[in-house]
Order: sequence, then structure tokens, then C-alpha cells
Amino acid sequence: MTAPPLLTVRNLRVTYPAAQGDIHAVRNVSFTLARERLGIVGESGSGKSTLGRAIMGLVPRPGRVAADELRLGAIDLRNLGESGFRRLRGRRIAMVLQDPKFALNPVMSVGHQIAETHRAHVRGSARAARRAALEMLHAVRIRDPERVFGLYPHQVSGGMGQRVMIAMMLIADPEVLIADEPTSALDATVQTQVLAILDELVRGRGMGLILISHNLPLVASFCDRVLVMYSGRVVETCGAGALRQARHPYTRGLLASLPELDHRRDVLPQLQRDPAWAEGA
Amino acid sequence: MSAVRRVLRTLFSVVLTFLGLTMVTFFIGRVIPIDPVLAIVGPKASVETYARVRAEIGLDLPLPVQYWRYLTRVLHGDFGTSVITSQPVLQDMLNVFPATLELALLALFIGVALGVPLGVVSATQRGRWPDHLIRLVSLFGYSMPVFWLGLVGLLLFYAKLGWVAGPGRIDVGYEDLVPTVTGLLTVDALLDGNRDVFINAVQHLVLPASILGYLSLAYIARMTRSFMLGQLRQEYILAALAKGLRPARVVWVHALGNAWVQLITVIALTFGSLLEGAVLTETVFSWPGLGLYMKNSLFNADLNAVLGGTMLVGFVYILLNLVSDLLYPLVDPRARSRA
Repeated sequence: MTAPPLLTVRNLRVTYPAAQGDIHAVRNVSFTLARERLGIVGESGSGKSTLGRAIMGLVPRPGRVAADELRLGAIDLRNLGESGFRRLRGRRIAMVLQDPKFALNPVMSVGHQIAETHRAHVRGSARAARRAALEMLHAVRIRDPERVFGLYPHQVSGGMGQRVMIAMMLIADPEVLIADEPTSALDATVQTQVLAILDELVRGRGMGLILISHNLPLVASFCDRVLVMYSGRVVETCGAGALRQARHPYTRGLLASLPELDHRRDVLPQLQRDPAWAEGA
Repeated sequence: MSAVRRVLRTLFSVVLTFLGLTMVTFFIGRVIPIDPVLAIVGPKASVETYARVRAEIGLDLPLPVQYWRYLTRVLHGDFGTSVITSQPVLQDMLNVFPATLELALLALFIGVALGVPLGVVSATQRGRWPDHLIRLVSLFGYSMPVFWLGLVGLLLFYAKLGWVAGPGRIDVGYEDLVPTVTGLLTVDALLDGNRDVFINAVQHLVLPASILGYLSLAYIARMTRSFMLGQLRQEYILAALAKGLRPARVVWVHALGNAWVQLITVIALTFGSLLEGAVLTETVFSWPGLGLYMKNSLFNADLNAVLGGTMLVGFVYILLNLVSDLLYPLVDPRARSRA
């Protein structure tokens, strides 16, 4: 018997009303997440970030979220309300954003920002929160936590900033983490380090991870399963190892567009986009 | 950049701005359609007397020489003598400036203490009725002439309702009861422990300060709203929400904490414009401050006093810029590490 899923999503829809008719950013997306690493790939505008935000209850007005089922463990997220969501965010489900340069508050020290998550969810003194933040900095392999605690975001490098971001989001022990392009803003060498830290923490804590990325090889190598999104809809779900055998023409098109080291190609294949895919054909 | 270089650079720009200011006031003194000689000798003086006085005050010398003399005098704190009061202009200004300062400080306090929260609420309630209401209130404050507001305020709160005292800084019966220490009457009354004088001074102060405060509130609320809208769109706001902070904390600590960086300049400039705006308010309220002094000097062709007052206001602007430069590092760690 399999364990109950951490996250259940059935027919999730996100719509933005517009003068020319509603814009469907996410259309009838369904999946479940266990203690695993699920990748969501797709091009810009495919709705993958909106999907992550909808699960967090962070779709800005006037966007509307609807679903046949949207549960975090046993909690129904559909009619939770702002204060209900607030208690879950950071504590049960958290989100790492793309670029620490913009996602960290520039006028607050990084240590303070990490401790703040702790204080929002855990009863205790400021000193306890500080101690927890220092431990968390250590956990994301920052060598001199005491010194880094007092630094401001502009004083840390991109890789260190993203580790701070991870520390800030994991300090209250959530069971689900949505990582929205967590390494896209980083240099290639730093990407690997940050992913390794993310992997270690997610595995060690037995969390479920949703990795949102446009980077197919990264998702294929890092995740257990992959959802491919196109125009707000999931067009393909497969095991990460089986990505090469993907059947959907969009996925095949994405794969064919990847550069290969031992292959010289003068013309990149044109990526096909069929509006019918968005309608679920 | 080292701290020493930063200070030196700031001082250099202060000196440069000050020189520019003296040139502007000097230039105004040349082009203004007031004949300073005529103001001294009067219209019935003979041509010889006119020429003698003209030479005495150095108006027959070449312009650069005149400017140099003017600059030297200014640097020695000599702004000449006022024709009306027969006192050195500097002495006059030191007498009247505290009254204006008292008014402007309270007005600024009102403007910041109410304007910033109103701007924040307006931004977070964007497009809903609190936003519309706040924008309407600040648009009104922005558009109404200050003398009109002053007159209506006097009519309503003094003449009809009797909630506040009338024009002037204090009732005649309370004049000169407390020794002048700071020049701010309310503070001096407190220092002296004289409760009656304090209450009377506050009753006189509250209406003009509220009206000036309303003007700065209107501007500060507008700017706060627009800065906050800019901040609330930032990614770090999304991150702060994603970690489960209360929306109030996200707005008032995270977004406003960043908006202060921009607000400092706005507040400093508001303070400067309060000193200017005092000319009209002080006239309406017979407030014996710099504004009233300058108005009287202008109407009596008292050129030295006008130029001295202009110089003082300009100098306060320079100081305000300096202060806001020094305040930046307090709210923005990025400015700290650049120092």
C-alpha cells in the first residue's frame, strides 16, 4: 500500500478575467505529489509558475483559482481563506523563488529574514529563532553562520543568496517545497552546488519537492517524475528516466531543440505548437 | 569609497551649491525692479544725494567686484541692515526664524504621522473605496490655495466654533512671560514650566500648523502610495508572503521599510517647501515668522531683508539635502556599505 499523497491536485484552473474574455493560465491540471521530486517543465508562459502560486494561495487579484480537488495532506485548500493559508505557508508548504537578488528584502539582514519565518510559526523567544536560523545557515553549508547572519542581501553572492533563500523557506520544516526556477539566475557551477544542497535537505527531511524549470536535462536528472506543460495544460507525464521516450509531439520538439555536445547542427528544429494541445487534444 | 572621501565630496558639493545660491541672490538683487538707493534716500532726494548714496553702497562698481564684496559680507554673516527695522538683517532673521521653524516642524510632524499611513493604506486598498477617499482628500489638499484654507479655517474653527485661538503667536496678555531659550514658544513655555503660556501658544499654533500639515500630508500620502505600489510588486514581497508572514507585517515592515529609502528625500523637500509655503500662511495668520518678515520686506522694498531671507531659505534647503544624505545609511544598508 502506498502512503497518502502530500498534495492532491485535480482539475486545477487559474483564470484571469480580461476585457477580451477570460485568460486561462492553468487549465485542468491534475497530479499528486508523494515524498518525491516532481519536475514541471514548459516554456515561458506555459503556466508552470502560476500553478505553483495557485497551490500556495498566492495568485494575485483578480486571478481566480478553482479545482475539483486541491488538498495538502488532509486539508482542503479551496476555501481556506487568507489566514488559513498564512498558517500553512512556510510551515507546511514553502516556495523558493528564482533570483535571490530580488526575492530577499534588501533592507533586512539575511539572518533576520530567516529567523522571521521561524518566529511566524514557532512560539519562542527571539534568541531561539536566532539559534534556529544559525543552525539552518549551517545546514545549507554556509561556513561562517555568525558572520553571514548579519549580512545584507547585497553583500552575499548569488549562490549564497539562494542558500539563504532555501534556509528561509525550510526553517519551519514544511513537507512540500515548490522551487520555482531555483537555479536559473545562478552560474553553472553554483547551480550544481545549490541543487545538491536542495536535494540533501529534501531527501533528509522526507519532503515532497516540485521543481519548476524550463531546463529539461536538469529536471530529467534531478527529478523522479516530470510533468510537461504547454499553454496551461499538462501535455505529458512520465518518469524522468523515460523522458527520451516521450510521445507527445511538444515534448519531442523540446527534446529535439536541445544542443548536443557530440552533434553539430546548423539549423535548430522548429518547435511545433498546435493550439489543439491546449484544448486537451 | 572611504568615509573621509564621502564626507569631503559631500562638503564640496555643499560649498558649490552655496556659491551658486549666493550668485542667484546677487543676480536677483540686480534685476529686481526695486531701486535700493531710492528706498534709502526717498523720492524727494536731490540727484547729488542719490549719487553719493549709490557710491556709498558700492553700486557704481563693476559687477564682479560687487559680487565679491557681497560674497565676503555674506560669509561674515553680514546681510546688511534692514530699512524697516534698522537692525542687522541677520539679527532680524534670528528673531523671526524660530517662529517659522516651530510652525513647520509641527506641520511636518502632522504630514508624516498621517500622510505615510494614509499612503500605505491607499496603496494596499488600491482601487477600493478607502483608496478613492484618501486620494480625494489629498487631491483637495494639493489643489486648494493655502490662504483660502487658512481663511476658511479661521472662520470655522476660530470665529464660529471657538476651538482655537485667533491670528498671532500668542495672546497679548501672555507676551514676554517666558524667557526665550530656543525661540520655539511652546518649548520655552515647557522649559519655564508655565502651563498657561504653553496652552495658549498651542491654541495659536494648532490651526496654522494643521493647515500647513494638511498640505504636506497631501503630498506625502501621494508619494507614499506610489512608492508602496512599486514595492508591493517586488519579488521579496511574494517571498515574505510565501514564508507565512501576516500581510500587515509584509506591508508595514517589508514594503514600507523599503519605501522609507525613497520617502526621506520627499520628506526633506516637503520640509523645505513648508518654509516657503509659510509666506502665505503666516500672512493669513499674522504669524511673526520668516514668511511674514519677507512679505513685509518685499512690500517695503527692503532689499537687504528680502535677499537675506532668500539666502536663509536656500541655505536651509542645502542643509536639508545634507541631512537626508546623512539619513540614507540609517534606512538603507546598501548606502552604508558604499560609505
